[in-house]
Amino acid sequence: MSDLLTTASLVAIVASGIRLSVPLLLAGLGETFGQRSGVLNLGVDGVMLLGAFGGYYTTLKTQNVWLGLLVGLGIGLVFGLLYGFISVTLRAEQGISGIGVYLFGLGVSDLLFQKLVGTPLPIPSFPELAIPGVSSLPVLGPMLFEHSIVVYVAFALVPVAVIVLNKTTFGLNIRAVGETPEAADSLGVSVGRVRYATTIIGGAMAGAAGAVLTIELSIFQQNLTNAQGFIAIALVYFGAWRPIGVMLGALLFGLLNALVLQMKTLGIIPPDASNLAAMAPAIITILALVIVANRFRAPTALTKPFVRGT
Amino acid sequence: MDRNTQKGNTMRNIRTFRYLLLIAVMALIGAACGDSGDDGGGDGGGDADGIRIAIVGPSASNDLAFTQSIVEGVNRLDGVSEAAITDGTFVVEDAATAIRNYADEGYDLVLAHGSQYGGSLQEIAPDFPDTQFAWGTAADTFGLANVSAYEAASDQGGYVMGVMAAGLTESGTIGVVGPIEVGDAKLYVDGFVNGAKATDPGVTVTVNYIDSFSDVALASEAAESLLSVGADVLTGTAQMTVGAIGVANENGVAWFGTQSNQSSVAPDIVVANQVYKWEVVLQDLVDAVAAGDLTSEVYEINFENGGLVIEYNDGYDLADDLVDAANAAIDGLKDGSITTGA
Repeated sequence: MSDLLTTASLVAIVASGIRLSVPLLLAGLGETFGQRSGVLNLGVDGVMLLGAFGGYYTTLKTQNVWLGLLVGLGIGLVFGLLYGFISVTLRAEQGISGIGVYLFGLGVSDLLFQKLVGTPLPIPSFPELAIPGVSSLPVLGPMLFEHSIVVYVAFALVPVAVIVLNKTTFGLNIRAVGETPEAADSLGVSVGRVRYATTIIGGAMAGAAGAVLTIELSIFQQNLTNAQGFIAIALVYFGAWRPIGVMLGALLFGLLNALVLQMKTLGIIPPDASNLAAMAPAIITILALVIVANRFRAPTALTKPFVRGT
Repeated sequence: MDRNTQKGNTMRNIRTFRYLLLIAVMALIGAACGDSGDDGGGDGGGDADGIRIAIVGPSASNDLAFTQSIVEGVNRLDGVSEAAITDGTFVVEDAATAIRNYADEGYDLVLAHGSQYGGSLQEIAPDFPDTQFAWGTAADTFGLANVSAYEAASDQGGYVMGVMAAGLTESGTIGVVGPIEVGDAKLYVDGFVNGAKATDPGVTVTVNYIDSFSDVALASEAAESLLSVGADVLTGTAQMTVGAIGVANENGVAWFGTQSNQSSVAPDIVVANQVYKWEVVLQDLVDAVAAGDLTSEVYEINFENGGLVIEYNDGYDLADDLVDAANAAIDGLKDGSITTGA
């Protein structure tokens, strides 16, 4: 156990946990906007997969990771718009339609990968940025300040999301539409327009999350996300529909996974207990989710299509 | 019910139908896209054109690992008119549906390529007594006349890789990324550890089973974790290891592959690959089916029958003495003077 408490081990765990949390954080932040406005998108994972493939293929062909990220984000944006059409204009039952989007993303991303790429080929990853002045700090430097640029950007988006949701008119409209859409509508707020905007934001963030995942890994594979989109949705509940809560949830999940991995590497968890330990992050997150769910209330209009006059 | 209410209900029904149709179309497109791809054509039937084979595999047919190995093996078989594939069936129920559908459609040989499919096959095979089934990696035919099994002595290749890895490491620490501790993955890992230890008892081989065959991100972080304890040579098995190969590539750490040739993912750092040649044993099965016979055999690919081969990466400058050590290990495994201990 003492091996676990060495500087090298602690650095490895925290750095790994942060990396693992980034796609969850990006997708979770986007989904937070949607859910705060009353729209649940269970198709996040499918959009992540489409964004991942788009980002991978673009980077493979151009060797430009930023273009890859942009394409992933753009694909997510388009699917956010499509999901807005399904859930806002057509007023579809959100659970079912989200699953439809997920299955679509799962299948189409695989088909395109098989037809356009075939054998997995490596792509470049995002450049690392050692933050001047602090990256040389002992322990904290390599833990927190020697990551790729997108890691810093992802965490910088948390305060941005907090400000947008809590300090802007747009954020006020999102919250109003998610709690009492009838009242918002009576005050002249376009419920549909606000919900379209949040599903587009959510889609774009999910697409970007997928692109970040594939570019960070330098590879794409069938079902690359391995259900991370669904975990991101759970983290929105975990985070009580607040960006900081989502960030803490993503970090908890990432750090627990990293801790289990490091304990296996150090032989603290024997192979016999490996599968039990692998469940720990999910179990602890579910427990935390149960606690949070009992203390916080979901947006009142979540999953409820808005029909004026009803 | 007044006219307005009726009209409202009608509109709602039309709208409901419209969005359900849209969702259904999207889901069907997605499911169809990801589900299967047919290679080849012909109507088969075990006649002059050859037999029709169906493969059900748990991961992508281009996963550079387990499923790709069987797809490539089937493509190298003689006497096959059609090879249909359903891949990505991590969910056993999905695989069971595909297996049953292929049997129902009259395929002559259905390959259930996953040790997790045994229970399903045991239920399905008796319903199609004229269809030949085979599954692996496994050694159990359930006493059914139309079920054969196949397995890989992956511990043999693992042992040889371990011999080379022990010769390559400078730090004295070697890392292994494993999926779940079962089947040919466990055999490979055990053989690798024993091969390295037999070559240099002083090396440390650290094994990290991530408990997933599909989590590429977790495999990547497992590799990072192994590097953090000083590993300077890595290996791994199953389809999620592409993530670990990426980490090895980024850090310039040597990688040993298995199941399929993984050199294309990281041409600079892949040293060698243990490659499965399933056609070596499946050809017998195909010939038997073509002759109208059903078989209930257990097949194994190994160095001796040529079902396992070591493919070196031409882009990696491996010292001659390590190649010689690997060849000596292969010879020893063939003639029985060396055992893997797995």
